[in-house]
Amino acid sequence: MSTYGCPECGYLYDENEGDAWEGYPPGTPFLSLPADFACPDCAITSKDDFRLAD
Amino acid sequence: MKAYVATLQNGESVRYVDKKRYLWTLAVFYPLQPFIGIGLHDVTGNEGWLLLPLLLSYGALPLLDLIIGEDTDSPPEAIVTKLDADRFYRRLTYAVVPLHFVSLIGSAWWAGTQDLSWWAFLGLAVVAGMTSGLGINTGHELGHRKSRLERNLAKLVLAVPVYGHFWIEHNRGHHRDVATPEDPVSSRMGESIYRFARREIPGAFRRAWAIETERLKRRGRSAWDGENQILQTMSLSLVLQGGLLAAFGWRMLPFLIVHNVLAWWQLTSANYVEHYGLLRQKDAAGRVERCQPHHSWNSNHLVSNLVLFHLQRHSDHHAHPLRRYQSLRHYENLPTLPSGYMGAYLLAWLPWLWYRVMDKRLLALPHVGGDLAMINVDPGRAALLQARYGSAAVPSP
Repeated sequence: MSTYGCPECGYLYDENEGDAWEGYPPGTPFLSLPADFACPDCAITSKDDFRLAD
Repeated sequence: MKAYVATLQNGESVRYVDKKRYLWTLAVFYPLQPFIGIGLHDVTGNEGWLLLPLLLSYGALPLLDLIIGEDTDSPPEAIVTKLDADRFYRRLTYAVVPLHFVSLIGSAWWAGTQDLSWWAFLGLAVVAGMTSGLGINTGHELGHRKSRLERNLAKLVLAVPVYGHFWIEHNRGHHRDVATPEDPVSSRMGESIYRFARREIPGAFRRAWAIETERLKRRGRSAWDGENQILQTMSLSLVLQGGLLAAFGWRMLPFLIVHNVLAWWQLTSANYVEHYGLLRQKDAAGRVERCQPHHSWNSNHLVSNLVLFHLQRHSDHHAHPLRRYQSLRHYENLPTLPSGYMGAYLLAWLPWLWYRVMDKRLLALPHVGGDLAMINVDPGRAALLQARYGSAAVPSP
């Protein structure tokens, strides 16, 4: 399970944890997030622009 | 004065002193402006004084902007992290929140307990509304932060004029869709502020509702769940404004309606001047380009920037939405408004004058070069604008 990061604001999406507040349960793979997923904190980074953090 | 020091990658040391550090307290106390009028009315017995804050904000402030002028002083990029981390600045934004409650409650109390002429009553409601509009700006700053404390403070201050949905649609909607025809809060060339408002106010609310209810749906909850943040802030507004009605009677109803609408109108005015006509281009695949510095209108006028927590350094704000107000930077060669926001609002409220001043400024921007295809044009005015500006000649600014 990997972590993906927003290069602008540092928001991290850890696949192990998901993002409960946003409605993505633990274990939700990043690639299965909606196509129009954007950084929940800054919104200027689209799904394609996230970077693998580890 | 406090100095920040950073070391660059090449070993050089860079030092910065923020000359505006203590001047930011103007933004903290400015929301108490209704009390200037109330105090003078109380002392002199003349209710005309209640309107003084209007003269201050839309007369004195633009004049001060003109006299004192622009301030391009910015922290070097290497200093930004340290400046952002200095808690002094964020504490100022925390301090303003209760003051917005004090401002509304105080104004309502005066309107509700004094025997005011209808025009003084209306004037006080307008002043109160304008002041709560500043609160929406404070909510903008706080709502952009990651911490729960700051987001909760944002919801609190936005509840004052019943605009709790703002930070949701702003962060997740506007920052995503800025400077596209699809964005209800980006204004189009040829669109007057009055027509814009009829699209912006409902459009922003609908977008906020959609974003929040989609989130709730993903969490397996209904749109009407107690966790709905829009409903939470509305409940807060209900308690506050309902409380004022209960305390001061039915005349609070027109007072609060005027107050709320005027507060919303402040935001409408800010939204209108911030991206007028600016357009992000689509690539061949239909993907919209990243927001560039030239997709926002800016102002470096010092006094209005101090009152608005640097909102007018708008390009940097869109480049770095989570950057705190104190660190927002000036860039060269940006779309620039002819004055600070308050002066720009006055222009915007007179559409014929706005078009006269701003349309040629828009067309003359380097990335536009007189080409209407580079502009977010109001479809209803496209033919007229094409006829007027359709040639490739760039009007002189």
